[in-house]
Amino acid sequence: MELNSRVPSGSLADKWDNHQFANKLVNPANRRKFTVIVVGTGLAGASASATLAEQGYNVKTFCIQDSPRRAHSIAAQGGINAAKNYQNDGDSVHRLFYDTIKGGDFRAREANVYRLAQVSNSIIDQCVAQGVPFAREYGGTLSNRSFGGAQVSRTFYARGQTGQQLLLGAYSALSRQIHAGKVTMFSRREMMDLVLVDGKARGITTRNLITGELESHCADAVILATGGYGNVYFLSTNAMASNVTAAWRACKHGAGMANPCFVQIHPTCIPVHGDYQSKLTLMSESLRNDGRVWVPLKEDDKRPPSQIPESERDYYLEKKYPSFGNLVPRDVASRNAKEQCDAGKGVGNTGLAVYLDFAEAIKRDGQATILKKYGNLFQMYEKITDKNPLNEPMTIYPAVHYTMGGLWVDYDLMTTIPGLFALGECNFSDHGANRLGASALMQGLADGYFVIATSIAHYIGSTPMERISEIAPEFDESRKNVADRIHRLLRNSMRGPSGKVTVDQIHKELGRLLWDNCGMARNKAGLEAALAQLPDLKEKFWNEVYVPGTGTDINQSLERAGRVADFLEFADVMVRDALAREESCGCHLREESQTPENEAKRDDAHYSHVSVWQYQGDNQAPVMHKEPLIFENVTPSQRSYK
Amino acid sequence: MSSIDLTLQIWRQKNNDSLGHLETYFLQGIHTDMSFLEMLDVLNEKLTKEGKDPVTFDHDCREGICGMCGAVVNGVAHGPEKEITLCQLHMRNFRSGDTLVIEPFRSKAFPIRKDLMVDRSALDRIIQSGGYVSVNTGGTPDGNSLPIPSSVAELAMDAAACIGCGACVASCPNGAAMLFTSAKISQLCLLPQGQPERKRRALAMVETMDKEGFGNCTNFRECEAVCPKSISIRNIARLNREFLVASLLEG
Repeated sequence: MELNSRVPSGSLADKWDNHQFANKLVNPANRRKFTVIVVGTGLAGASASATLAEQGYNVKTFCIQDSPRRAHSIAAQGGINAAKNYQNDGDSVHRLFYDTIKGGDFRAREANVYRLAQVSNSIIDQCVAQGVPFAREYGGTLSNRSFGGAQVSRTFYARGQTGQQLLLGAYSALSRQIHAGKVTMFSRREMMDLVLVDGKARGITTRNLITGELESHCADAVILATGGYGNVYFLSTNAMASNVTAAWRACKHGAGMANPCFVQIHPTCIPVHGDYQSKLTLMSESLRNDGRVWVPLKEDDKRPPSQIPESERDYYLEKKYPSFGNLVPRDVASRNAKEQCDAGKGVGNTGLAVYLDFAEAIKRDGQATILKKYGNLFQMYEKITDKNPLNEPMTIYPAVHYTMGGLWVDYDLMTTIPGLFALGECNFSDHGANRLGASALMQGLADGYFVIATSIAHYIGSTPMERISEIAPEFDESRKNVADRIHRLLRNSMRGPSGKVTVDQIHKELGRLLWDNCGMARNKAGLEAALAQLPDLKEKFWNEVYVPGTGTDINQSLERAGRVADFLEFADVMVRDALAREESCGCHLREESQTPENEAKRDDAHYSHVSVWQYQGDNQAPVMHKEPLIFENVTPSQRSYK
Repeated sequence: MSSIDLTLQIWRQKNNDSLGHLETYFLQGIHTDMSFLEMLDVLNEKLTKEGKDPVTFDHDCREGICGMCGAVVNGVAHGPEKEITLCQLHMRNFRSGDTLVIEPFRSKAFPIRKDLMVDRSALDRIIQSGGYVSVNTGGTPDGNSLPIPSSVAELAMDAAACIGCGACVASCPNGAAMLFTSAKISQLCLLPQGQPERKRRALAMVETMDKEGFGNCTNFRECEAVCPKSISIRNIARLNREFLVASLLEG
């Protein structure tokens, strides 16, 4: 597997300009002769579809939901970063670049991150022009806030629904192109396979989720904007349908999977309350600005919080990190919560929660002020838990939230398969080992609005391609493979459910295994144990899973089964990646690699690289390749929050 | 944590061409901390293990923002609690022994796909006909070059909060999509960015709305009562004004 990152020459600030100039173009009148497939309609997919269609390409866009407006980007709350420096507080493109690469613990590619910061400003202009109702000052200018511990106010927001408003902006641009006939929209379709012709990505096989029909679609290039794989853990803050299937199918055809073990676990989520739980709910981390995190000093203290006197409480973040206190980065806050619960000091019914207490802030600022800041979050918390944070501390626990790992891409966002591109959370490129708050929206839209069109033009302009159609034998074969797999998924169901397991049972088992061994803290023994158990679980799935219904109708159990089958295979690569990276960095804490104060210890001498995994066949170990990370403009430093 | 026993009467329908019926199920030991959709998950696991066909229902984010879920519970879209979607409804709102009648969002413009799953693509087509500012990617002016009073931005945001779930349509005796359509029209006609296409937008979106088979508003206010995002029917008044002015000037 060749990993040529195609990072352009020149100084960091000139690279993107140089690259745009060096890339080939396609004449506006010729663009209508080319078709591009876009899978996914989140921020990255919707913005890419609209932009390519506006430029004249024919676009075929696919989503699994009933409407492109429902993609999970919609759930992002906090905001979107940009280097506008509207607040005159010292922000710049270089500072946003530096913060992002440092926040990622120096495990991302310099040139990509710099470009992200460069185009961030255009994103805000674009969204404003679309009519996205960003928060404004009384004078009418755009409002900003500081987010996730950033030292400048560079986050633009629309109440607590920034993701929704940005997605609806991209969806409106997409809708306009659908109306204009430049985008053909296929909703309720699931991508089941990638189709390669002459080694290039030339199409996809989809399943129509209403009729069960397998469909072939050919194109000149394929873009995956299919999001992250957090649902491999079963419980996460992702939407129920978020999955790794499209990306994993691409891997099976030769796309490299980069840093799959980099998974962000968000500290302020509502704790798990029962076995029936289907997903976890995130609450904005802004809560930590005023909330104080604590657990009882004594283990197994079952008293309600109000009966635990001040002297018997352990404000462990404030104690351990006197300068950052409750505002330490996401990964540090998450790990420390786990540490306390592992030590038996966890609270709530399950013992897997810590308190986030607003009593002092309420006393200091008054109830009205606190409600003004967090009213909607308090209400959301009360709806779910039936407890009012004004009267008793919230309970919180970390949950899987975002995956920094993803398909390996070069500077053009092209994977190791020619003609296959990956955008947004689906790729690995910008966040290194940890993503900063309000940066996911920025990356999705940067990729879709401002990066991909240059890449597509260059690829089409420089690649000789035969005209093909869906009758090419490669499409037939792909459909046949997909049909066989569906048949195998339904095979156990002929003889009824007795003695069988359901899809969710296996998924929960897989999630538990990964959460325990490849979650917030990882060690060699645990990872090896998980790796050893995965083949059995996979076998149990294929031999015992019961999937009701048929493949020729709406069948939500079958959809889930296909996704879980891919998660089972993907989990293997993820665990291997965590095992191979014998250092701690960002979200990835290897217990063997810690400083004397139990902080994550990076090992730049041995692990300053992207780990890229190449699939070798079922039941064969994948091979790891390395893309070295070279830092010419920043000096990797050890993070410290003491 | 306590648990309750329930009788469910759920609408089962194979597809839009077949007849549907209410099927009765008994569920015991439902934890009151469960969400409504988790209760349906429990039912579906049970049905699966019994070799029966699980109930098909749309859902995705399960945090009230994607607009994918929705059903009518005891006659009310998204269930008895105000200002939430079905996924945010918790079982503590019900008592042991309750009977819950669960039906799809019914409307002429929403064909039933299966059980509780309906086709709301007509709403997408309303947006496609004009629910946007026609601006291409790139070359847009600086974000701060167009000052917008905070109060206007907030009012636009109130309307823009619509999640497109379709509860308004399902609750309207006329099957109108006026609340949905007016939310988008209001957002864009309040903002300066929406001015150039203001009249054309109102005419085109209303035309599509009619063509898709949605009815018209006669001020029942049922839509506002069930809207999970509290979209106000003032937006419908604004839509009517926009449409009237546009018809007089351009129609």
